[in-house]
Amino acid sequence: MELLRFTTAGSVDDGKSTLIGRLLHDTHGVYEDQLASVRKASSNGLDLAFITDGLRAEREQGITIDVAYRYFSTPRRRFIIADTPGHEQYTRNMVTGASTAELAVILLDVRKGVLPQTRRHAYLAWLLGIRCIVFAVNKMDSVNYAESMFDKVCRQISEFTTRLPGCQLHSIPVSALLGDNVVSRSECMPWFSGASLLEYLETVPLDGLAPAKELRFPVQYVIRADSGLRIYAGQIAAGSVGVGDRVTVLPSGNVATVRAIGTCNGNPARAHAPASVTLCLEDHFDVGRGDMLASTAFPPTAVRQIQATLVWMSDTPMAFQQPYLVKHTTQRVCAEVSRLISKLDIRTLEHKEGAEELCLNEIGTVELDTHRPLFCDTYEENRTTGSFILIDPISNQTLAAGMITGWAEAQRRQPMNRGEVHRGLTVWFTGLSSAGKTTLSHAVYERLWAAGKKVELLDGDAVRQHLCKDLGFSKQDRDENIRRIGFVADLLTKNGLIVLVSAISPYRKVREEQRARIGDFVEVYVNAPLEVCEQRDVKGLYRKARGGELKGFTGIDDPYEPPLNPEVECLTDRESLAESVDKVLRLLEQRIETVE
Amino acid sequence: MASGMSYLRMLEAESIHIIREVAAEFARPVMLYSIGKDSSVMLRLAQKAFRPGKLPFPLLHIDTTYKFREMTEFRDRYCAEQGVKLIVHRSREASEDNVNPFRMGTQKCCAILKTKALLDALAAGPFEAAMGGARREEEKSRAKERVFSFRGAYGQWDPRNQRPELWNLFNGRIDHGESIRVFPLSNWTELDVWEYIEAENIPVVPLYFAKEREMVVRGEALIPVEHDLPLLPGERPEMVMCRMRSLGCTYCTGAIRSRATTVPEIIGELRNLRRSERENRAIDHDQEGSMELKKREGYF
Repeated sequence: MELLRFTTAGSVDDGKSTLIGRLLHDTHGVYEDQLASVRKASSNGLDLAFITDGLRAEREQGITIDVAYRYFSTPRRRFIIADTPGHEQYTRNMVTGASTAELAVILLDVRKGVLPQTRRHAYLAWLLGIRCIVFAVNKMDSVNYAESMFDKVCRQISEFTTRLPGCQLHSIPVSALLGDNVVSRSECMPWFSGASLLEYLETVPLDGLAPAKELRFPVQYVIRADSGLRIYAGQIAAGSVGVGDRVTVLPSGNVATVRAIGTCNGNPARAHAPASVTLCLEDHFDVGRGDMLASTAFPPTAVRQIQATLVWMSDTPMAFQQPYLVKHTTQRVCAEVSRLISKLDIRTLEHKEGAEELCLNEIGTVELDTHRPLFCDTYEENRTTGSFILIDPISNQTLAAGMITGWAEAQRRQPMNRGEVHRGLTVWFTGLSSAGKTTLSHAVYERLWAAGKKVELLDGDAVRQHLCKDLGFSKQDRDENIRRIGFVADLLTKNGLIVLVSAISPYRKVREEQRARIGDFVEVYVNAPLEVCEQRDVKGLYRKARGGELKGFTGIDDPYEPPLNPEVECLTDRESLAESVDKVLRLLEQRIETVE
Repeated sequence: MASGMSYLRMLEAESIHIIREVAAEFARPVMLYSIGKDSSVMLRLAQKAFRPGKLPFPLLHIDTTYKFREMTEFRDRYCAEQGVKLIVHRSREASEDNVNPFRMGTQKCCAILKTKALLDALAAGPFEAAMGGARREEEKSRAKERVFSFRGAYGQWDPRNQRPELWNLFNGRIDHGESIRVFPLSNWTELDVWEYIEAENIPVVPLYFAKEREMVVRGEALIPVEHDLPLLPGERPEMVMCRMRSLGCTYCTGAIRSRATTVPEIIGELRNLRRSERENRAIDHDQEGSMELKKREGYF
């Protein structure tokens, strides 16, 4: 039998509890003794809302406080309802209910029409990956079952649902109180020829988001058999795995062969999502909780800088550069929010840039830096590997729900390192603002990464957002900024990494200081004439400096001291990016020594 | 379903995921074992979750001393057979004369012999996470439980301030002294439990099967004649063909009239039954919202 998980939402007094009570009651999902207890608590007759409003506080206030799960079945389908509250302060519960649902039933009062809450609920359902929404236009009995009233609400609905692409939408006029069009079709609305709500729920095709095909197996637990064998336990998040399959082990990037599969009911040759299984590998790799076994042809992206939509669920607003914990599949990693890109305006359903904070029940798109790579897909591609929660390491509270929308471009759809051991080296890109340091260093990074080198980027802008955010732009602070970068570069170089530093670093003396400190050091002069840089003005800083908004800007009212003997000089106004990259790589070939 | 998995196998996969998550995230977890059908299913799921390894946590039974003899016998035999580590916790108060359901009433008795004993046993462990076989379908306040349910330092449940729980990402972080109650069977119904027992051939206490038993008929309730049950004037025990639908202490359990003597017969009976599983549990009905109040105090 098929299972349909759906969620219900609606504003206060739209009659949601009554509707669910009606569904359960009319499908015989409520036992007689439970009904008797509801009758006892009802003030007159049988108040269907009391079937679901379970907590004492809810009865006292006449509202639903928390998400509740209900179970019923018909001969056609099994149903799990996540019944979620409608008031604004409990939006986090609505998101909770929607996260596991395939369909949403959203209630409206025909007399009130579409309210801000209605739009919010529909958008949240869509945001959480629900691609089938039913609008139950309730209290039709109170408007004498007038078709014109239903049509009016339908028009309001179609006005805002254009913002929910790919979503299957359906509206049904109902009276939860009297049962019209809930379980059986109503005789009071002959003008409506569609199915009743229950008929619709029983027959709607369950397409939803297309199920992901490529294997994703987050290792949840390692079982050690008496024989000493390591057995990897977990739930398949996507795709399937078969005996003899070659799978990529993340983060090591090793490729292993599946030796055996164990399920609850034997040892099949192949197992599919969402089975909980155990896997044995032919090869002896060190694999632990938080690692992932994945399709070799299409592994997930290993990223440390992700873009995600957050639904903020805590009274404490989001903070920048503060350590949070990300729980993603079976991984738990430390992370910081580096940027709030945009915030959703719930009235217009538009994402607006320039927001400064994210508070309770607000939805925003952020950039998140994680301390270890996440092995992820976008939420659109995969609901399991594309979702995470943010936890406050101090209060232990769940702060936000996150859905991954993308990642920084420099990060590759490739495993992290493939194990080549070489000596470390710092490559220092210096030059004016807009000379092309970031573009060049990122391109070099890509090439080195693709060649299997261990490589890291220290970008001046990123460093100033984190390590050096306390520093300004006086000569003293600029020198301190460079010394800190040099310190980190030195550490990484000693550990065998190729460190690409990209920073204006205008003063010769402090650059020479870093060369002396690090030793394995290459200077790349990214050289473009000031006029060219000013014309490019990638970040609009020259304009501000000329206008007097920025003081002490390099090249305008602060000096740039070019290197006297750089190992490489790239003339970015005359040569192509590829030529510049080749120049740098040719030199690096001579300087990077592979250690046997 | 797109996956082609049966509904029972979906539930099984979900529960095993939850149980493994507990073992992975907590240093000292424990699994509550009440000897009933839900515990039997939960134990089987746990064994499957760690096969071919052993269970990485012990079982804990809170023995109020008012259980059926058949239950304790079954417990000792089955746990020994299965080779699982079982801790039996009996509260100190149980031996005191005045603590019994007949004299002090079911509410106080349950508070001392079950809720307090449970909190004592968890503190004695000390156990950070306790898995229980409760299901959301059972009772209306349980319908609002999280799978990972946070409890304060005194085991209380604060239903107004629960952690949001999304997807299958559970937040099990706690400070010293706090704990998490985990409900791996959250999404199972009573019928699912019996269908799984049938599919997996899981042994259960014989009390679930109908036979002639000595009962006191009190109003609609059938109360087993055990533990010196005091009779009301005019009451006489009689033999009734009946079975237990859910198991607790003898006085509070109650039986239903039934002729179902096998698992398939029980499943057939449940498909047509119009009355809830905990109807006969006296403690659920001592006041409206009774289960919620007990849960806030630390009951499972």
